[in-house]
Amino acid sequence: MSGCPFGHTSDPADADRSGEPSAVERSGEPTAVVTSQEAADGDSAAAASTGTSRFSRRGLLSLAGVGGAGAVAGLAAGFLGHDVVTAASASAATPDPGASVIPFFGQHQAGITTPAQDRLHMAAFDVTTEDRKELIRLLKDWTAAAEAMTTGVPTGKTGAIDGPYDAPPEDTGEALDLPAAKLTLTFGFGAGLFEKDGKVRFGLDGRRPDALIDLPHFPGDDLQPGRTGGDLVVQACADDPQVAVHAIRNLARIGFGKVRVRWSQLGFGRTSSTSRTQVTARNLFGFKDGTNNLKVEDNALLDEHVWVSSTARPSEQWMAGGSYLVARRIQMHIETWDRTSLREQEGLIGRTKGAGAPLSGGDEFTAPDFALAGREGAPLIPLDSHMRLAHPDQNDGVRMLRRGYNFTDGSDGLGHLDAGLFFIAFVKDPRTHYVPMQLALAKGDTLSVEYLKHTGSGLFAVPPGVEAGGFIGEGLFA
Amino acid sequence: MFDTFLPASAKYRKTLAVIGAAAAVPLVLTGCTDNTKPASATDGPIQVSSTANECKVSAATAPSGNLTFSVKNEGTEVTEFYLLAEDGLRIIGEVENIGPGISRNLVVTAPAGKYNTACKPGMQGDGIRASFEVTESGNKPSVDADLQKLVDTGTQQYAAYVKDQTEQLVTGTKAFADAFAAGDAAKARDLYAATRMHWERIEPVAESFGDLDPKLDAREADLEPGQEWTGWHRAEKDLFPPAGYTAMTAAERTAISTQLVADTEDLAKRTRTVELTADKLGNGAKELLDEVATGKVTGEEEIWSHTDLWDFQANVDGARIAFESLKPALEQKDAELATSLAGKFDALQAELKKHAKGDGFAYYNELTPEQVQQLAALVDSLGEPLSKLTSAVVL
Repeated sequence: MSGCPFGHTSDPADADRSGEPSAVERSGEPTAVVTSQEAADGDSAAAASTGTSRFSRRGLLSLAGVGGAGAVAGLAAGFLGHDVVTAASASAATPDPGASVIPFFGQHQAGITTPAQDRLHMAAFDVTTEDRKELIRLLKDWTAAAEAMTTGVPTGKTGAIDGPYDAPPEDTGEALDLPAAKLTLTFGFGAGLFEKDGKVRFGLDGRRPDALIDLPHFPGDDLQPGRTGGDLVVQACADDPQVAVHAIRNLARIGFGKVRVRWSQLGFGRTSSTSRTQVTARNLFGFKDGTNNLKVEDNALLDEHVWVSSTARPSEQWMAGGSYLVARRIQMHIETWDRTSLREQEGLIGRTKGAGAPLSGGDEFTAPDFALAGREGAPLIPLDSHMRLAHPDQNDGVRMLRRGYNFTDGSDGLGHLDAGLFFIAFVKDPRTHYVPMQLALAKGDTLSVEYLKHTGSGLFAVPPGVEAGGFIGEGLFA
Repeated sequence: MFDTFLPASAKYRKTLAVIGAAAAVPLVLTGCTDNTKPASATDGPIQVSSTANECKVSAATAPSGNLTFSVKNEGTEVTEFYLLAEDGLRIIGEVENIGPGISRNLVVTAPAGKYNTACKPGMQGDGIRASFEVTESGNKPSVDADLQKLVDTGTQQYAAYVKDQTEQLVTGTKAFADAFAAGDAAKARDLYAATRMHWERIEPVAESFGDLDPKLDAREADLEPGQEWTGWHRAEKDLFPPAGYTAMTAAERTAISTQLVADTEDLAKRTRTVELTADKLGNGAKELLDEVATGKVTGEEEIWSHTDLWDFQANVDGARIAFESLKPALEQKDAELATSLAGKFDALQAELKKHAKGDGFAYYNELTPEQVQQLAALVDSLGEPLSKLTSAVVL
């Protein structure tokens, strides 16, 4: 593969990008968005840039060939905020949500505070090469391909159909004619990238962050090796499942010989909202999930709970502005759940099934009153309810940004659906923001004990975002 | 862990869950909360709005049959709603613990007659009352005056069963513990699965004691880092050791044995105070089948000894006894469900019998995938209708 189809020749300190606010700050600026409608009215380069999302991938490729693709990509990145979705839906006359592009470049990686897209394809990879240069080259190639695909452009110089007739096409082609569909690609590094079998890899001695721990065994864990771990992870989220799968497939193809897929997971529907503009989605228990999730609008809380701040250890400085991704494949015993009375279901969750209100009263977003008692002085929100045990009030105030997806992976071979929640959370430090809560849930949460089984797991250090001309995780290799 | 059988005060949620079905009320008239739509859609739910000073009921009359009250708490305090008999004392149905802003349904079966409605904001006093009339619709619920007697007899039968099983469990555990402590592995292996059956038959009762259950029945995978591992499965691993396992010392075996007996005796003592009601029996039966579906069919319960089929049989035994205790009452309420459940229990039992060997069963790792699938299918076909047992008897 030739890494970067568009050369990355433009100056990273391009005027379009200098002074650009961070992803989070951008959220309050809907005017920074160029909608399809506006693009259609204009005749400037801005129109060309939005064409990347509006017109077919092949058309864009031609355009890029003529006008200079670097400029197109740069413009796209400059004009569109991470939260283009939010603003576009508010201002577009003819909403076409699939047409939106979420810029790949930015202070933080996209796909974290980006309003959760509808579909997921996540894959973890084992790195098979031991050559540092090859690893860096892979990350550069992935960066280039990610930038292209997130703008709705095929990978490689010649895409899916414009190459030599006797050569296999560079891009696999199944996303031709499809818009960018808000595709985001978020990359993370597992502990195995730093060391394996007691041996330091890629010269990364002393660079493994302290927070990138080996997760402990949680009671009831039934982790399958083929669904657990991985040296690298890529989270592909999009509103079109084919776009997400196309992205993972092409990244895996680019990586052959250096990495191989360790596990891969599809999620068919989001269960979290990461913006107040989104309605709270439901999990496969039929309950709203993630009502109290951290949202893109919570700037201060994101700094406190999601983003890694500058650290004392210089060797960890490359993670500043990054986050930690916890992935847990949680199988739900949906068949036995469905045989449970509504009283029991609501008691196990701690919320009403319809509105999602806490059992202490109010509506979905009313703060729960854990002390409010009913008959015989018993709290209305049961002591062993999931909501109570997972609530920040019970967990030293720590919050997570959850970004999970519902999944069904065929059947379990015993006449049941293999279904559940693919839990994804982004946290500042899993030692404080995930492990204590999960230990409490695995022990005391009747829902977890009776109806959930964790069958896969991964913890990854997600480096900060990358600017044009850079590559994912470059700080680690500096 | 299962906690349907919690003794009062042990755990709040379950305590609340059973109030609606307390045996003191004639069961046919007892309400239970349910958000399902009424059987007859034309009826439509009767809207109730409860505030600090008012208890608005959208209709003062309704035709006899299944009545659904949709109670919305529009006040600021926790409220309750009651349907009372004409005397204003006897509770026909109730729904409690409705937080401010929350709606909850009360479904009752009521014959024609005069009644009272009452909201109780703040859960204090006599509540805000109004008269309510149920008119004759011709749609008469099949009422058997002896139904309560049938239920009471059933719960007594089941209580006797629990007592009998715990006594056998204590006796069997002592014999097992003696053999295990003495290092007589062959005898202990022999007693292991058969003794555990007494535990598995009453598992929802046994597991309702949240502190004893992990001490007696924790699997290795259930442990948290640093947690001491005791109980049956600790002994199991030592008796059926995997490759590379380091055997326990004599002192360790003695300690495990002593603890096992002490905890089992404690359990037996505590089960005497468990108050049984019809809904506990019904939910317990359902939970036993859930246990089979998630733990036994998958072979996860006995990963060293592979004696899962003993547990499987015992869970089915326990569910069947609970069902049969309620069956006379169920036949009055829903004869079709009673027949269907009996047939499905028979089918599952017939399949289990195919795997019987001597006094026990084949080891689970000896079953073919097809045989496991067949068992799983029968468990599911029983489990789904069995989950309707409680509401069928209690409503």
